Amino acid sequence: MSLNAYLILSTILFVIGMMGVIRRKNLLMLFFSTEIMLNAVNIGLAAISKFHGDLTGQMFAFFIIAIAASEVAIGLGLLILWYKRTGSIDLDVLQKMKG
Amino acid sequence: MFEIVAFYLFSVLTIVMFSITVFTNNSLYALSSLAAGMIFISAFFFLLDADFLGAVQIVVYTGAVMALYAFGMMFFDSLSIVKEKIKNPRLVFLLTGVVALIIVIIFVSPIIGANIEAQYPVTPTWGNSRDVGIVLFTKYLIPFEVAAVMLLVAMIGGIILAGKKMEVSYSEMTEKEIDDFEIQTRENAAAKKDEK
Repeated sequence: MSLNAYLILSTILFVIGMMGVIRRKNLLMLFFSTEIMLNAVNIGLAAISKFHGDLTGQMFAFFIIAIAASEVAIGLGLLILWYKRTGSIDLDVLQKMKG
Repeated sequence: MFEIVAFYLFSVLTIVMFSITVFTNNSLYALSSLAAGMIFISAFFFLLDADFLGAVQIVVYTGAVMALYAFGMMFFDSLSIVKEKIKNPRLVFLLTGVVALIIVIIFVSPIIGANIEAQYPVTPTWGNSRDVGIVLFTKYLIPFEVAAVMLLVAMIGGIILAGKKMEVSYSEMTEKEIDDFEIQTRENAAAKKDEK
């Protein structure tokens, strides 16, 4: 398989994730979509790492995984707090300042 | 031959799984299909000779992140179907496509165009884990330490954020006490709302 095949796959997954981010109104589903986008980028980085014989891509993928893990921990904590306060995790309910 | 078959098989599987995640209205389906997609993605890492990354993908994503989501979903009414108002679905699709295409062109064109020299080349005789270990603990030691501190901060933050108002333990109360407690909290919340 060539580098382009992996990059195209990475693009398709990224578009799916982005579609989720734009389409979804439920915050938990929005989180899932961001995970998909992060994973898509990881595939691209690993592919470039292999086809250029360079380990930097893999290193970046590791740090992206670490960032994703901490993002989930903090984000889910905030989400639980918000749900306890309002009883809903819908984005439309979340906006408090209505202009 | 094996690589081509594996690539197409797993790409179809991942795309289907992630599409289910994005388009379903049931949050439990979304969670389980996302977990499956994460495992299928690790197959690409194994195909790309990044064995350690594949193992980390399975352990961290499906083991830690998905478990965290599963625990987090216990706080939400996850069994009900997610209701969402969606305006202008066609516009959303168009915008998504255009934006993604632009992003891809921006990031991919210099990589395909220029010949990049390997800064930290792969040593095939060492094997992937050893290679990764040596580069991670020499060239990327400071980012590694910073990531460790960041994970610690995130862990403490998560505990503090999610652990608020958890001083009451339901497992140590009888059924009647739990009912009384819930009625009381509901009344308190209603009173607070009236004050506002």
